[in-house]
Amino acid sequence: MTRALTYGALLFLSAMFIIPFYWTFITAVKNIGELYQFPPVFWPDEVMWENFATAWFKQPFDVYLKNSVIVVVLSTIGQLFSCSLVAFGFARFQFKGRDAIFVLLLSTMMIPWDVKMIPLYMEFNMLGWINTLKPLIVPAYFADAFFVFLLRQYIMTVPIEIDEAARMDGANSWQIYWRIHLPLMMPALVLVGTFHFMNAWNDYLGPLIYLNDQSKYTLTLGLSMFKGLHETDITSIAAITVVLCIPPLILFFFAQRYIMDGSIGSSVKG
Amino acid sequence: MSTLVVQDEVAEERHRFIEKLTPYLFISPWILGFLFFTLGPLIFSFIMSFYDWPVVGERTFVGLQNYQVMLTEDPLFWDSLWITVKFGLFFVPFNVILGLLLAVLLNQKVIGTGFFRTIFYLPSVISGVALVTIWAWIYSHEYGILNFLLGLAGIEGPNWLGDPNWSLLAIVIASLWGLGGTMLILLTGLQSIPKELYEAAKISGVPAWARLVYITIPMLSPMLLFTVITSIISAFQQLTIALLLTGGGPLESTYFFAMYIYDNAFKYFEMGFAAANSWVMFLIILALSMMVLKSSSAWVYYEGEMKKTEANDD
Repeated sequence: MTRALTYGALLFLSAMFIIPFYWTFITAVKNIGELYQFPPVFWPDEVMWENFATAWFKQPFDVYLKNSVIVVVLSTIGQLFSCSLVAFGFARFQFKGRDAIFVLLLSTMMIPWDVKMIPLYMEFNMLGWINTLKPLIVPAYFADAFFVFLLRQYIMTVPIEIDEAARMDGANSWQIYWRIHLPLMMPALVLVGTFHFMNAWNDYLGPLIYLNDQSKYTLTLGLSMFKGLHETDITSIAAITVVLCIPPLILFFFAQRYIMDGSIGSSVKG
Repeated sequence: MSTLVVQDEVAEERHRFIEKLTPYLFISPWILGFLFFTLGPLIFSFIMSFYDWPVVGERTFVGLQNYQVMLTEDPLFWDSLWITVKFGLFFVPFNVILGLLLAVLLNQKVIGTGFFRTIFYLPSVISGVALVTIWAWIYSHEYGILNFLLGLAGIEGPNWLGDPNWSLLAIVIASLWGLGGTMLILLTGLQSIPKELYEAAKISGVPAWARLVYITIPMLSPMLLFTVITSIISAFQQLTIALLLTGGGPLESTYFFAMYIYDNAFKYFEMGFAAANSWVMFLIILALSMMVLKSSSAWVYYEGEMKKTEANDD
């Protein structure tokens, strides 16, 4: 009885979560006639695969793609490098003010971005970074608090004896970080990389605020350009949406065994 | 001989200095980032909030005028705040309760757990613009699939995004679609609850609902507290979905507080006024989070405390 109820609820809820995806895909491959038919067409007579190419070439999406890739790749490298360094510093050293600084780090997670948004804009403006990709890349090299916290918890689960043995063999702190801990925290780094990738890939407000020229636009901004004042190009929006979903889906597919793996969950709790 | 000793001491001193410096070097990226991208901007925005600060042109110190105008002369402040609060009153409980429900369902021994987890987490993977455009088409008054499905059930669906009575609810639903993150956090929490507790309760004949109320929820309450606070924060920062789905309309029925700040800063270029707005938001979120944290001693149950009472029972 409860068994049946559980499955019933799960199936019903997953339908609610899947229908929107299905609907987007089917919208992307319809012809104009079917698009505006009511009752809606649930499977088009002829699947218009060419809609993807048409949408892609309506705007310079190759340029947007290049910009998005630059931002995502460079900022992910920065995030992985800086967060792992900082996390190692907090997890493996005793130093003056460490606990106070760590509390400070945790508390920054609670500051709404609105408070920083305007002064950051002015700061980047003074640096001459507005209308460049720099505001979307450079801050990633200065360690996000949430990721530092996650990686620190992970490092804490590694026995300190490993570090001590390496030190006996003459390794310095940098070598312990680089040769021992970086490889050991690979699963957690995959998780951080995935989270950051998704955030950067899907970011809309950052590009919206900092970029002006179309030649600097990222994919998300290009996608929003299909929403015209008078008419909205639904087929193109759906097609580009489907294309935009592919990289995160592939990444999620490969990363999910790390993400869903209980070991990270338990290490986060410390 | 003596110079050698001195040299040794110098080397020793240098070595000790480097040892002391090393941890700070490791954490320096965050320290620098904090100074340049958090503390600096915070102080700067606080100062700005006392100025009439256009993007170009003269800046003048106006004291508390920005705050005074906002609180007493600008009806949009109270309207947008009220809309945000209404949104939060729907979003926070539903996000936490539905997230909990999903997590509890997935924590049962069901076939295809991995499949279901992936499905529920998917919308969180594909967020932002893509997510919003999907919803805009689903909600479409004339061609939308939502009203078609409602029609099959004999319900005449409203003009979701065009009717001020329904637009806020539409944004709540679209936002709730991304509750996979909450589910995931609660699921990890559920998996850490000792199985023996449930087995003991089952043997004693405690019914399923009572196990949920007396075991699951108390044991999960620290994680619930975390999700409640993060939900409140995200409710207040809600911007992208509304900006793209309705642009604040119709009739400003979805004009969120975050949009008010955004417009003042990047549409009217009143940076000082917008800075004052954002400080008010900061204080509201802080106050709400503190209230929830304070109340938590009444309903959050930490394992450490449980062990104490157990010891007393012995």
